[in-house]
Amino acid sequence: MEESIEFTLNGKSTKLTVDPERKLLWVLRTNLGLTGTKYGCGESFCGACTVLVDNEAVRSCQTTIKSVRGKEVVTIEGLSKKGALHPLQKAFAEHDALQCGYCTPGMILNAYAFLRKNPRPSTSQIIDAMDDNLCRCGAHARILQAIAAAANEMHGAI
Amino acid sequence: MSTDSYLELDFQDESSRFNMDRRDFIKIAGSGIILLFSIGDLSLLAQEVRTRGPRHSLPTDFNAFLRIGEDGRIACYTGKIEMGQGVITSLAQELADELDAPLDSVDMVMGDTELCPWDAGTFGSLTTRAFGPALRAAGAEARQVLLELASEKLKAPTDKLVTENGFVCITGKRAQRISYAELTKGKRIERHATGKAAVKKPAEFKIMTKPLTHRDAAEKVSGKAKYAGDIQLPDMLYARILRPPSHDAKLIDVDLSEARQMKDVQVIKEGDFIAVLHRHPDVAEAALSKIKARFDKPQSDLNDTNIFDYLLKNAPEGRTVAQDGDLQKGESESKIIVEETYLDGYKAHAPMEPHTAVVKIDGDKATVWASTQTPFNAQQEVARELGLPSANVRVMPVFVGGGFGGKTRNLQIVEAARLAKLAGKPVQMAWTRAEEFFYDSFRPAAVVKIKSGVTDKARIGFWDYRVYFAGERGAKEFYDVPNHSTVAYGAGFGGGPSPHPFATGAWRAPGNNTNTFARESHIDIMAAKAGLDPLAFRLQNLTDPKMRRVLKAAAEQFDWQPARSPSGKGRGIACGIDAGTYVAAIAAAEVDKETGEVKVKHVACAQDMGLAINPEGARIQMEGCITMGLGYALKENIRFKGKEIFDLNFDTYEIPRFSWVPKIETILIDDKEADSQGGGEPAIITMGGAVANAIFDAVGVRLFQLPLTSEAIRNALNKDGHS
Repeated sequence: MEESIEFTLNGKSTKLTVDPERKLLWVLRTNLGLTGTKYGCGESFCGACTVLVDNEAVRSCQTTIKSVRGKEVVTIEGLSKKGALHPLQKAFAEHDALQCGYCTPGMILNAYAFLRKNPRPSTSQIIDAMDDNLCRCGAHARILQAIAAAANEMHGAI
Repeated sequence: MSTDSYLELDFQDESSRFNMDRRDFIKIAGSGIILLFSIGDLSLLAQEVRTRGPRHSLPTDFNAFLRIGEDGRIACYTGKIEMGQGVITSLAQELADELDAPLDSVDMVMGDTELCPWDAGTFGSLTTRAFGPALRAAGAEARQVLLELASEKLKAPTDKLVTENGFVCITGKRAQRISYAELTKGKRIERHATGKAAVKKPAEFKIMTKPLTHRDAAEKVSGKAKYAGDIQLPDMLYARILRPPSHDAKLIDVDLSEARQMKDVQVIKEGDFIAVLHRHPDVAEAALSKIKARFDKPQSDLNDTNIFDYLLKNAPEGRTVAQDGDLQKGESESKIIVEETYLDGYKAHAPMEPHTAVVKIDGDKATVWASTQTPFNAQQEVARELGLPSANVRVMPVFVGGGFGGKTRNLQIVEAARLAKLAGKPVQMAWTRAEEFFYDSFRPAAVVKIKSGVTDKARIGFWDYRVYFAGERGAKEFYDVPNHSTVAYGAGFGGGPSPHPFATGAWRAPGNNTNTFARESHIDIMAAKAGLDPLAFRLQNLTDPKMRRVLKAAAEQFDWQPARSPSGKGRGIACGIDAGTYVAAIAAAEVDKETGEVKVKHVACAQDMGLAINPEGARIQMEGCITMGLGYALKENIRFKGKEIFDLNFDTYEIPRFSWVPKIETILIDDKEADSQGGGEPAIITMGGAVANAIFDAVGVRLFQLPLTSEAIRNALNKDGHS
């Protein structure tokens, strides 16, 4: 049965009537038109669908829409502010930390949540934090560089 | 026609030179300067488009046109697609440089079947080496036409004019200039190219050879980049198809009643083809789960262990790839004889974006958005499915979320077309991850048998090489061997009936990964038996200057210290040739003797690819190859029984992760005067052999089967009494 569910999406309050058991991934993509969040495996193994819920990185393919009621959801579309790319986005572009780009939104949002908790990480901490986000093109080395560079650029203030 | 039967020859390592003198420039209507160009015989090309076969090689498998618009923006139309390999950047560099136009003014239009001339597909590392020269030639011709137009406007002979940054100027009087936009404004120009315009020499390059980052990065980091699944149309339905539990399983009975009761769910049944559709994909998935179906699975004991014997028993007659001297003579002259068999299991492409397609039908026209490496094949396939002329089908450009050869096959597009017709609405068919694994055209399981000998002068006396089902690419050895024979049994994929239990296809550097693993492992075994350092043994048996150069460059970067293997240092070398590019890699690995786990710590890789249009893009491809290559080297293997596939997601099919990534050093041999060679595939061929050799060097265990699993290492260590 459908329910009315309210939450904050990319800074704006959002209300929709939807089956509460549906997954956030598909509500974002098909009800709300935010296609930056990608389907990769559907079982939380790959991280392509990562979004932020109250600043925690979650796998939206496994997150019900009812579980974000009253919470703040941020997708890749909401990371840039007033048209300016977030330092993490800039670092990914500048370090060529992407190839096909399909895993990129999930990578960036996972890194964002991690840097909020650990703004000055070591390389091995970045590797640990990113290890469950998969990339098939092999952009890994540059993704690690981009995250380190973004952390450095932000001086601990994400 | 089976969907993968016609691509075989496209994936041969094409090294022929394309004859630029046979260029055909054709004028077409429109405003601005338009050059249509293609390489080769256009009538043959047209015939091939019509008939789709029989397939020979495709020397005309690329062409494109460029347009200088009234607004001064330059459109480059190419049938090639962007799937992460970076040609959206390097092709723009080539065109901008030849035109003397700002890079920012070039808009790439890729893989649009209405705007772009026919192209065989994006594979084989062919874009830069085969399409690039044609694009540059067209750019040079267009620049010549602009000079002629400016000559009339500025009333100065063309030899007193220069082109610069989108303008034609009078030499020495730069204030007297006219922009390309002004020159082309409102004009309808039809000029035959004179054929006299020369492409730039490397010394004249301004944009080519500059290391540049991906031009599409801003779209991709902001979530704006559109992939096929991101296309949403009014009234579009997402489809899910009832799938069998194994290939060739027969549907016995099915109960659709529950699914039919679901609100707004459309159920389609056409024989055994059953699909559910809804405006949300997850609801379609829920409807699918309500279908009760029973299948009869074909019974077979064939599995990922006994497949190799089966393949050998079912091998077709061999084809001699290379041969010289006398094997028996070579054997009699050899002091050490080494005879081994190498195995390689099935591998999945596993791009992060599963196969996806959207098809919309309007009357007798159809529009397609699809993750495909072969948009023009897709156009044909959709036309055939819908009974339309192919001109009525338009495949639109979208970004492709990784391909690696797997998206040369377009099954999902045909499914979307069929369902769009049956449903009477636009349909999106986005495969789940399980479908992506199940319907993948795997890199074929293969066997290589090598018998060879070393003379008392530490020379390779003979080389008898037999490859079964990997294909010929990379099979021919390049060492100095007086008596040698290379025979290929079975193509690996394509070319008629095959003993493989499911579809096989081109997997990044098809064939060459298996062949290079076998050859370079075998070379190392010979070096070890001869008591020689593996680098020294290779160099002693090599005169090819390019191969010597990449080996030495990798060794220097790695700081290679001579030692015979196993030295305990954990170092392994492999080298090879792919897509015209020479590559050598040295890996350093640590092996945990208790668990058998391998950690590759360092890879130094040197590559001679001739002129690198975008050196940064080339290095990124090398890094990607090295990282992706660790997967097939260490873990990737499709497990199956009969026609049932057990690995259907990333929980059991392990691909490389951040924690696997070694220190990677890439060395580009900068040969600007040489023709560009392939870049997207070559480096990956080295990883199986380099890691296998590093494992042997570390712990003295020689493995003959990819992947080089921890279990196999543990077993070998226990058997040898090492632990």
